[in-house]
Amino acid sequence: MAEALVEHDICIIGAGPAGLAAAAAALERAPAVTIVDDNPQPGGQIWRSDLRKGSHPELRTLQRQLPPERIRWVTSGAVVAAPQPDRLLVETVEGPRLLGYRRLILATGARERFLPFPGWTLPNVTGVGGLQALVKGGLEIAGRRVVIAGSGPLMLAVAAYLRERGATVLAIAEQAPRRRLVRFGLSLLSSPGRLGQAIRLKRQLAGIPYLTDCYPVAADGQEQVKRVILQQGAKIWQVDCDYLACSFHLVPNLELPGLLNCRLDAGRVAVDKHQQTSVPNILCAGEATGVGGLDLSLLEGRIAGYVASGNQAAARRLLGRRDRARRFADLLESTFAPTEVLRELPSDRTIVCRCEDVSLGALRRHQSWRAAKLQTRCGMGPCQGRICGPAVETLLGWRHESIRPPVLATRLENLLATGQAGEPPSNQDWRLE
Amino acid sequence: MPETVTIIIDGQATQVEVGTTVAAAVLNSGRPVLRRSVAGAPRGALCGMGICFECRVEIDGMAHSRSCQIYCRAGMEVRTDG
Repeated sequence: MAEALVEHDICIIGAGPAGLAAAAAALERAPAVTIVDDNPQPGGQIWRSDLRKGSHPELRTLQRQLPPERIRWVTSGAVVAAPQPDRLLVETVEGPRLLGYRRLILATGARERFLPFPGWTLPNVTGVGGLQALVKGGLEIAGRRVVIAGSGPLMLAVAAYLRERGATVLAIAEQAPRRRLVRFGLSLLSSPGRLGQAIRLKRQLAGIPYLTDCYPVAADGQEQVKRVILQQGAKIWQVDCDYLACSFHLVPNLELPGLLNCRLDAGRVAVDKHQQTSVPNILCAGEATGVGGLDLSLLEGRIAGYVASGNQAAARRLLGRRDRARRFADLLESTFAPTEVLRELPSDRTIVCRCEDVSLGALRRHQSWRAAKLQTRCGMGPCQGRICGPAVETLLGWRHESIRPPVLATRLENLLATGQAGEPPSNQDWRLE
Repeated sequence: MPETVTIIIDGQATQVEVGTTVAAAVLNSGRPVLRRSVAGAPRGALCGMGICFECRVEIDGMAHSRSCQIYCRAGMEVRTDG
């Protein structure tokens, strides 16, 4: 049987900025909180620790507000199921744990949106944040030629980071049309902090071509990528490279909120002004409520932490700032939304579901996710649709909504521990490890 | 000098800096291919954050280990499908 953890009043899923800000705010009143994260270290993706630089300075500042004796850390802990109300099954290094909570704060963050094009499955074609994470984990990048493509401000931050680490960044290809970016740039004028960041970035990126309306039409190579074909308008050309870092902005991680029956709306977790979801004792903060970047995540996290700990007055003082930051999030989404032309990049032979090697042509023979899933196994591999889901939504307009446990590939013993293995979803053979 | 540990990648002893992920260590050893897909195509690391499962390798006999989420430990035996 799974061992039950000590029941904590407040449990936070996700140790990124929103989750840690929520913890700090909650601890002003609550005696203790539990924080679960599936990464080995706290910080989330934006504050991922760096082999060369150690932990992120902003993470260290926030951690100083988190007395270790009042936090129960569950790192490398993946929530795989919600076997009963107010209970989560967490897979940890030591085995399955059953976690009880009275109030749950979901700070599940976001992931990169991947869109298929011929060659995107080749080794050394990575995500943009993906390549940065690998370098932070010790990947040697000095002297390597990198093309960064896709969409979003993350491309700029990662280009600066890789250049600082000695990589040769050959180009940044942004799919968004120039007119959208001009509008976005003008909006920064009303936000001095962001404008300052943008100017610093521009200096760090001097000499690297930043191409708008530009996207990769193919990656080429045998056992790894050797070159990428870029297109901008009628112009098509080839760039030899060692890495192609490519992703199309970010999408919220909705698997766990969906599993817990929180209402989703337009690809985000629906919350009220107090970060309250449609489920009474569950709050949500950060990128899962709509991708808005660091400032918004911190504000939402603090509000959720205050509300969860009954400190409504402190929460109210942050609502105005949160609403202004939220408007920036809406602008981010509209600026970096995939353009129509990206839907034409994959051919019928291009793989969409990397886990099960399902091609776009195979998917096109079906009318819905459900039908495609049953016939092709698309989205049923270990990633459980995390990579192909947003791609299928962009390419075919099907939204990946039916979320069933386990939300991540798990060991059978973990499911047996909760009796969930006795009721498998139809036509699904559990992937055993 | 940074502290190092020795791990075994596909039978070959390799020195890596402490704090290196298994994915980074394998890529640094000149092996971009971490696994083969269902149809036999080469695959490497993609998301770097433990969600895509493309970087899975065998670590100390445990198949399907996500190499981007696991740090190298002295004596660790890693097997790729490259």
